[in-house]
Amino acid sequence: MKHESRRRFGSMLLGGVVALATGASATGAMAQGQELRIGYVAPTTGIFAQQGKDMVDGFQFYLDEVKSDFGGAKVQFIVEDEQGKPDTAVTKAKKLILQDKIHILVGGLLATTGYALAPVSTAEKTVYVVPIAAADDLTQRDFAKYPYLVRTGWSSSQPSHPFGQWACEQGYKKIVTVGADYAFGHEVVGGFQRAFEACGGQVIQKIWPPLGAQDFGPFIPTIKQDADAIFTLMVGPMSLRFPKQLAASGNKKPVIGGGTSYDEFVLPSMGDEVIGHVSVLQYSAALDTPKNAEFVKRYRAKYGKVPSYYSESNYTTAQMIHKVIADNGGRFPGQEEFVKQLAALKIDTIRGPVSLDEMRNPVQSIYIKKVEKKKMFGYDKDELWNTVIKTYPNVGQFGPFKKEEFLAQPVYSRDFPPCKHCN
Amino acid sequence: MTSQQTKIVIVCVMLTALAIIVPFTSSFIILLVTRALVFAILVMSLDLLLGFTGLASLGQAAYLGVGAYLTAILATKYQFGLGYDFWLVILFGMLGGAALAAVFGLLAIRASGVYFLMITLALGQCVWGLAYRWNSLTGGDNGINLRVRPKFGIDLANEVTFFYLVFCVFALSLLTMYVLVRSPFGRSLTGIRERELRMRILGYNTWLHKYLAFVIAGAFGGLSGVLWAHTAGIVSPENVVLTTSVDALLMAVLGGAGTLVGGVIGSFIVFGLREYLSTIVPWWQYVLGGVYVLTILYLPTGLMGIPARIRQQRARSNEATEENRAAPVPS
Repeated sequence: MKHESRRRFGSMLLGGVVALATGASATGAMAQGQELRIGYVAPTTGIFAQQGKDMVDGFQFYLDEVKSDFGGAKVQFIVEDEQGKPDTAVTKAKKLILQDKIHILVGGLLATTGYALAPVSTAEKTVYVVPIAAADDLTQRDFAKYPYLVRTGWSSSQPSHPFGQWACEQGYKKIVTVGADYAFGHEVVGGFQRAFEACGGQVIQKIWPPLGAQDFGPFIPTIKQDADAIFTLMVGPMSLRFPKQLAASGNKKPVIGGGTSYDEFVLPSMGDEVIGHVSVLQYSAALDTPKNAEFVKRYRAKYGKVPSYYSESNYTTAQMIHKVIADNGGRFPGQEEFVKQLAALKIDTIRGPVSLDEMRNPVQSIYIKKVEKKKMFGYDKDELWNTVIKTYPNVGQFGPFKKEEFLAQPVYSRDFPPCKHCN
Repeated sequence: MTSQQTKIVIVCVMLTALAIIVPFTSSFIILLVTRALVFAILVMSLDLLLGFTGLASLGQAAYLGVGAYLTAILATKYQFGLGYDFWLVILFGMLGGAALAAVFGLLAIRASGVYFLMITLALGQCVWGLAYRWNSLTGGDNGINLRVRPKFGIDLANEVTFFYLVFCVFALSLLTMYVLVRSPFGRSLTGIRERELRMRILGYNTWLHKYLAFVIAGAFGGLSGVLWAHTAGIVSPENVVLTTSVDALLMAVLGGAGTLVGGVIGSFIVFGLREYLSTIVPWWQYVLGGVYVLTILYLPTGLMGIPARIRQQRARSNEATEENRAAPVPS
């Protein structure tokens, strides 16, 4: 609230004077700072509005903490609604670039949106920072096409690689996968299958319910009974429905899954049927570090809910941009230089240490998480938390595989890796 | 015919004004107007069916999809259509749309009313399914990015140049469709809309008329697709999805079906609210919803029906003053 009134007051004064004044008071040393315009696209309407809200909140939360002051630069944060449609995302990004003359473009939820925005950043020579859209090829096979793109989140198959190894360690021999039928689902499942089969496991069946499926009745009974475990990859409202219907069908097999199946954007609404399910991601709200505990408490106090990975990733993205701008004395150093410096960043974040590889995708810790009902961080109620049971530090996007060999393969899809052990 | 001539003059003046003013606005506005114009071609093609033939199609996005995917695939896989051959792509796009409509028409034209609606919906979803699933060709749900716009003497990467190209194609389409609906062929379509049985008894082959209208609408749908691919720079199943067809239908109804120009107005209003108003206020959806509801409640003939409605009201009040004992209007 305080910040709100300050901003309004600020707009009444000359911009330059305000920037000067806040710059001086915040850092004490800054002679002058410029205005840093950050354009942000997220779906704030439509079926993905919840995730979109978490994204914006995460970024805004960081800005509020530093009072929109990035080392002397006054941040102007402009949010546009991409409505979950790639077309609209392109229009909105162009509006931000052409009309608002932003320095940095951030955002995009779906992989599709990421693929749509990346060429815009190239064509308009504008930095595009990708906190959520996880499409593998943005920082893999298409890397050379997007010189202004930096990813601060993750690539879809990144957590799947260590998870495949982990599944082997659990003694699982045969696994059935159930994944949302679109590129992100294909990539998460593909990465898991490849890693799992590399250590001796077998994926014996791949089931692909359509994106946004409500009724899994046609799919659940077809799950092969000789499987040791079920791997799921759900997104949006599917995450909530699938475990319920699976439990109702009397399933006794262990259930494991990709991060979005049990992420905190949906976990508080889930029932006890998900207790014991194991998933994997680069963040968990139950990450037991002092830094995260403090983050969760402050975030929850403000927004009334536990931060999801959507919030954390954007908070961290804001933090990384802040670091680069602050290193340049509150100035935007130009696109090429900004990309170079952001890519060279090694930073300690809420989710752990993050650095970027030479293809500008984060190298970070990957957490294997088990859903448990317990008390955490001093809250007095029993709640569902994604307790971290194993940490794989410094995981890059190629996992245990060699980069050249990995890039020579086609991107994970419905048919790749081929299902050798199906039927 | 004088009122018709006034209308033509008004439309010409409006279009000229648009062509003159738009380049002086901000680049974002140019972008939006370009998008609205391209989409307006699709809406007009739908209006040929909806307003003039009386066939409400829910699958018009399929033809936009064919044109768009054709353009994108030719450009990215074969580097075709990035120079003077762009005009060939426009031709191919129209032929592609027409060919698809020729196939779909065989299935759809036998039905009418709500059955026609359902069949076109189903056929449109087939195209969506293909776009979504045929990964090797369409890139699945990631779609296809077009990195460059055609260059032939003029460089279409320049937004203003591109706007003028779109504007010219749009104006030509409007003219062609206008001539078409005023021709004897167009008149017989209107006849079919009013009473198909009578037209059949008069000796018209109504099936063939409807079929031809369907194919022509498909061709213009394909044309809008070619332009759309280069306007948006990305082609994805989102372009072929049901909501795109529904949008086109709503725009036609909003502006006034059976007027061609109404569809253009509808397109501008919806794009204006959805893409411009949404950058200003977060509650733009209420405005859009309100516009739809109010139009349907009070302007069943669409926004283009406003002048007629005013005239009607005036005439009625004149009548009422002249003879108070006029027969009550049956509802």
